[in-house]
This record gives sequence, structure tokens and C-alpha cells, in this order.
Amino acid sequence: MNKTLLIFRHEFRHTIRRTGFIVLTILPPLLALLGIGVFHIVSGITRPPAEVTEIGYVDEAGGFDQFTTQGNITLVRFDTPETATQALIKKDIKEYFIIPSDFISTGIIRRYTTQRELRPPAATTAAIEDFISSNLLAGKVPEVTAARVKAPLNLVTTTLAATGAVAPEQGGYANLVIPGIFGALLAVSLMFSSIYLLQGLGAEKENRLMEILLSSVSTRQLIGGKVLGIGAAGLAQVAVWVAATPFLLNLASSSIGGFISTIQIPPNLLALAVVYFVLGYLLFAVFSIGVAAISSSVREAQTLASIFTTWVIAPFWFLSAIMEFPYSPAWVVLSIFPFSAPVLVILRLGLTGVPGWQLATSIAVLVLCIFGGLVLASKLLRTYMLMYGKRPNLGEIIRNLRSG
Amino acid sequence: MPVVEVNHIVKSYADKIAVNDLSFSIAPNEIFGLIGPNGAGKTTTLRMMMDIIKPDSGTVTILGEKLTEASKNKLGYLPEERGLYRNLTVIDSIIYLASLKGMDRHSAEEKADELLNHTGMLPHKGKKIEELSKGMGQIIQLIVTIIHDPELVVLDEPFAGLDPVNTELLKMIFVDLRNRDKAVILSTHQMNQVEELCDRILMIDNGRSVLQGNLTEIKSRYRSNSVIIDSEGDLGQIPGVTEKRAHKGYVELILDGNTTPKQVLERLVGTGIVINRFEAATPSLNEIFLKVAGKNHE
Repeated sequence: MNKTLLIFRHEFRHTIRRTGFIVLTILPPLLALLGIGVFHIVSGITRPPAEVTEIGYVDEAGGFDQFTTQGNITLVRFDTPETATQALIKKDIKEYFIIPSDFISTGIIRRYTTQRELRPPAATTAAIEDFISSNLLAGKVPEVTAARVKAPLNLVTTTLAATGAVAPEQGGYANLVIPGIFGALLAVSLMFSSIYLLQGLGAEKENRLMEILLSSVSTRQLIGGKVLGIGAAGLAQVAVWVAATPFLLNLASSSIGGFISTIQIPPNLLALAVVYFVLGYLLFAVFSIGVAAISSSVREAQTLASIFTTWVIAPFWFLSAIMEFPYSPAWVVLSIFPFSAPVLVILRLGLTGVPGWQLATSIAVLVLCIFGGLVLASKLLRTYMLMYGKRPNLGEIIRNLRSG
Repeated sequence: MPVVEVNHIVKSYADKIAVNDLSFSIAPNEIFGLIGPNGAGKTTTLRMMMDIIKPDSGTVTILGEKLTEASKNKLGYLPEERGLYRNLTVIDSIIYLASLKGMDRHSAEEKADELLNHTGMLPHKGKKIEELSKGMGQIIQLIVTIIHDPELVVLDEPFAGLDPVNTELLKMIFVDLRNRDKAVILSTHQMNQVEELCDRILMIDNGRSVLQGNLTEIKSRYRSNSVIIDSEGDLGQIPGVTEKRAHKGYVELILDGNTTPKQVLERLVGTGIVINRFEAATPSLNEIFLKVAGKNHE
């Protein structure tokens, strides 16, 4: 059998049998399953009770005596704050509020409750708002107008293409879901594939195996077999996650089904995700080889590699800024910068789309960096894989690379 | 046809020349000693022979051709820095590394069992490498080096850290390899092992060849005009002897330029003293090593 294939098979088998790999493969779907389960349980517990809740109020402004039934909430009028407080202590009412005499000019409503909370429950706020506005408008405007004042607009946006026709992608959060999931999976698999490669090469250097391997195979065969073997293991991991996604989405749809039905997959996303996974993995792989070659231990290699692996997750740090200012030139630059490009481009595809020239430039830069990195990594591997004990400084590395 | 032919190889790094215009050849059925002080360039030479690093100039041919991926399968290399996959079992390590030398799984397993049995390591076949002692690890490493029946076996400090029992075991294996027409290169600091095992030697210092040839011929070349004698009674004045050097258990007699050891023996026998041991003094390889290496470092 071809020696590259032998190394590929060994690395693939060795990687997928690692405890860390197995845990990482099953953990995300398991966590998602747990999350969905917890959501179901929590939403079941905290769902508003079906029975009627009584909330008291004291009308010091006058005129608030109609519309006292608001869904499951019944508003009970009290003449004074003292009587309302007594009812609250006796648990006759859940809470009460006061409409002060100067309410019309200030808009202030004073609410009293025995419960400690971060903010008033949404159902209570909505009931009070409806009660106030309905009473204020009663008899002064037609019912239809009153309803419009209470819910003034429902903004429906349509995105048009450059031709003026309705664009196939209409944007929104639903559009970001699939690219977001792909981006996260891409980031995790790139990070961990790089770590596996670093650990594999670092351990072979630490265990003094390099010389034995290189007396049997060429540097090219060694790099090829390792990169392909560990890359295939990473791809298998992503495949497990992707295969679990429809099942998890289906399970989640029972609680957030309305939202899931609005999810759109941007065109070319799958093809570009594969392209960026392959290119991203190759880029991180060649740089991992270089780092492993110059490091004296696995730990040192991982520390050094964080200089570039950090860029994989960097787009998620800026996610809120990307959503707030999607057309900033900073994202264009980071979409072309090879270490952040794979994940950022996938995320931007779901947000605003990425112009063709940016995609082409980003892919071209990635390809160039992979080839440049491969030449550099091969040289570093040949020069430093057999040097043990101490990490060379930057000056030594440059001198040795120049001297060939 | 020589198994190895090294012609004028040069290798330099940023700040030093590690190997400088080195040439030698090794025949089948030969144990070839590569000796030299620390930093002389021995390991760099071996790495160039194994195509692990490339020479700046010069050529290395193995079995008549430049080293290719296929011809790497005909070489066995035991590097000075020992290493195996610590998390793999003994048998899995051997089979994987043998497969990289072109062996199929079945043959590798069969041969591994034979060698493990021969070296007394068969009971440890299923253990992880990290569970073995250092000496045991070295035996496994040697098995990995020779399992594919290479034509050339390169051994860099093979006896380092081994107990006398395993040292003897390795020596028997090396002699057996030579008897099966294999070429063996032995790079070591242990001169007694070189004297015992090697047919020819190459001494390098500062990357250059300083001594090369048949071991017996070299020892003869460095022989001083003296004899060693262990006798009972006073030797007295012996014609032709210019100096007597007393050592523990024997006396070294330095002869003048016109006297041969045979003449001294005849004269001593004539005196009637009891002679337990008489031999022409030949320097040990260690002494030659110190003499040559010392001269180069003066």
C-alpha cells in the first residue's frame, strides 16, 4: 500500500479512537438535545397559568373603570393604597398599581408587588398598557382607531435586487441560523483538527519518532498522510454533527416551530462551506506543522498555535458588531485575511451576502497562503523536527530558512 | 558491489560545517565502525545516508542507486534518539512501523512474533510501550530496525543504556546479520564494542575523515615498538630494551629501533625466568582514538 495511505489510515484510526475526539463528537448534539429538553421543561414550568390572576389598582386620576378584564388578568379597583396593600398582604390580589392624579402629564404608574423580580412580567405590562390606553381612548375615537393606536404598525419589509425584482433572500434572523450553525461547526472543527495535528506531530517529536519515520517515508508522504488522515477525522466529526442537525431541528420545532419554518438557506452556502472547510483546514494544517516543528513540546506548540487559531473564533466575538454594522469595511478586510476568512465569510453569507469579488479574493488569498505555508512548513519540519530540547528564536529560524 | 558509497558529502548549517568532504564505502558481510568525538558529525553523516537530511554537495548511493522511497525499504535505522508510539501496544507499534518499510500485516506479525520470541520479549507483546523499561524499549526498537530484513542496518549508539545481558544479545544479533551478508554500520563511543565487532572503521573529527581502514591494519599501524610481559622474578638488564614501564600485573618493555620482540623473547628465555605472558604491545582502539582525536584538538 502507498505509504501516504498507510500514514493516512494510521492517523485516521488513531484520531477517531481518542477519548477527546469521541467526547467532542457526541458532546454538541448531546448538549443541543439537553438544551431542547431543558427549554421544554422550563417553558412548561413558567407558562402563564390558565386560571385568572387578580391585580389591584387605585385610580387617583379618575376615569379608569372599564376594560378590567384583560385575558386571564382581572383588574380589581381599590379606593385607597392602604386597602390595596391590605389585600396584597392577605394574598387576595397578586399585586397592585396606582394611577397617580398627574398621570396624564407624567405617564408614571406606580406598581407594588411582594415578589422580587428583574423586570415586570410581560403579560402584566401588556395588560396594564391595554387597560390604560383602552380607557383613555374610550368614547373619543372609533374602536378601529383605538385598536390601531394600541398596535400602530406591522412593518413588512421586502428586499429588492439591483434589477428592482424581489430578491431571493429576504434577510432577517432566520437567514442567519444555518450559516451561524455552519460557522460554529466550522470554527470548532478547524480548531480541533489543528489541535489534533499539533498533538500528533508534537508527540512524535517529543517521543523521538520523527527520525524513524523519516528513514522510512519522505517529508511529503509524512505531511500528506497526516494532514489527510486528521482532516478526514475532522470531516467525519462534522458529518456526525450535520447528520444530527435535522433530527435536533425537528425536535426543537415543537417549541420554536414557527421560527424554524422561516429559516432560509442562502444559495451556494453548502458548496462554499465545503470549500472554506477544506481551504481553512489545509491552511491551519500547514501552519500547525510549522509550529509543531519548531516547538519543543506539545504544550508549547499549542500555546504558539493559539496565535493563529484564535482568529477562527474571532468572528463570533464581533458577531453583534457585524449584525449592527454589516457593511463596515472591517469585515471585508477580515473576510480576506486568511485566518478569519473561513468562518467570517460563512457568517456574512447569512447576514448580507458576500460580493463575488470578495469571495474570489478571499479564496485566492487562502490558496496562496496554503502553498506558501506548505513550503515554509516543509522547510521547518526538515530543519527543526530533529532538534530537541529548545525552541529556536525567530532570528535563528530566519537564518536557517535562508541557508536552506 | 558496495552496499553504501558515500562520495565527498558536505553539510553545513548556518554557523558551522558539520560534515566536510567525507567519502567511504561499505561492503556486504561487514560491520563498519563509525567513531569520533561528540559533535564530530557522525549522526549528521548517518542522517544524510538515510535521506533524512540532504547533503549540500556530494552523493550517497545505496545498493548502487540514489536513495528512493522504494530503496528506503532496504535500510534499517536505529537512531540515537530512541522513540516509539508510547500509547500503542508493542505489536501494533512494530506492525505499523514495519508496514512503512513495505511489509504486509501478516508477514510483519509473523516476523514480529519470531523476533520477540528470540529476544525474550514475547510475553510483553500486548503491553503498551509506555509500560516497558528503557532497555525493553530499546530491544523493541531494534526489532523495528531489522524486522524487514534490510540489506543495510545503521545503528547509532545501539548499546547506550543496555545491561550486559542485552548488550550480549545485541552483539549476537549484529554478528548474525553480518553472517547473513548484511552490511552493518555501528556508530558508538564504546571502543571495546567496536574492537570486538567491527571489521573496518572510519574515525571522523570536525566533520572530516581522520582515520579509515581495516581495524587490524590500523592497530598494527599505531603499534609502538614494545612488548608486554608478565613474569616471575626480576627481569634484570635486557639488551635492546631502553625502558621498563611497570603496570598493574605486567611490565611494558620499550625496545630500541634495532631489536624485535622475537629477539627479546629469546633473551628472556635464555635467562631462565618463568614467563606467564608475552605479547607484542598493540594499542587499544581507545588509545588510538585519544591519540588521533587529541592531536586534532591540540
